[in-house]
Amino acid sequence: MNTSRSETDAASRREYWPPLLELSAQEVFGLMLGERLDAAPEPAPENSLDVTSMVGFAGSLCGLLTLRCSSKSAALMARKMLGTDGAGAKSQMEDAVGEVCNMVAGNFKNKISGIGDGCKLSVPTVITGSNYSLCTLANDYTMEINLLFHGSPIVISLQLN
Amino acid sequence: MDNITVLIVDDSSVMRKIVERSLRQAGLEIGQVLEAGNGLEALAVLNQQKVNLVLCDINMPAMDGLEFVKQLSGVENAKGVPVVMITTEGSEGHVVQALSAGARGYIRKPFTADQVKEHIIPVLAGNL
Repeated sequence: MNTSRSETDAASRREYWPPLLELSAQEVFGLMLGERLDAAPEPAPENSLDVTSMVGFAGSLCGLLTLRCSSKSAALMARKMLGTDGAGAKSQMEDAVGEVCNMVAGNFKNKISGIGDGCKLSVPTVITGSNYSLCTLANDYTMEINLLFHGSPIVISLQLN
Repeated sequence: MDNITVLIVDDSSVMRKIVERSLRQAGLEIGQVLEAGNGLEALAVLNQQKVNLVLCDINMPAMDGLEFVKQLSGVENAKGVPVVMITTEGSEGHVVQALSAGARGYIRKPFTADQVKEHIIPVLAGNL
């Protein structure tokens, strides 16, 4: 599909990034999990988010994309991705959430004009537990989108230099 | 081609399962599926066994997918074996790098089984 100049210019402007990030997440959940994300009416309570996956950007975009959810949601993601209902999926929870975060980051990066070639992604890192604070030096630009996956909150954040 | 042996290289075991499932959904007759978590492990597998197709991620620890493809020329068992990249790195630059290194195809994550079929069938038929 050809992208017009005005479309690519628009995609490079940061005010368009929140909807592009949400679209990136919707595509990943739709294609890889067969699920749709809903808009969250309010921000998620912090104590409900005990799984955090992170993927770093380096190069023309420099920063961090994080995806936070509950361990219940993470286990459900693993089951949906593996197409199983078994307990085995629970052991794959971190792997599944890491890969979802990785795909959202990559898909988002690919939607931003002129960024993709000069930007590399890290492999994902996953933290379980909610009693931590995350400090990144990438704080020039921050955005956060709040979504629901089967009624449970998912928070996707982007912090950039 | 029936009962092909496929090597799936990805640091995510969940993604390896998804790729295998997508191949089966695409209607390919898969005989054996071998797995590796990075390029180094994949080279070790190929030094032991011949395969018909390699599907490979790019961003992996130890040895990434681009380096793996470059190193394949030195592996006897890998001569003529098509490699298709399956990765989140979807920029034109990455595609060009992968194809220049010797990959025959490139699938961006997230993907559908139809996209896998569309890319893999011509590669296996020797048309790419």
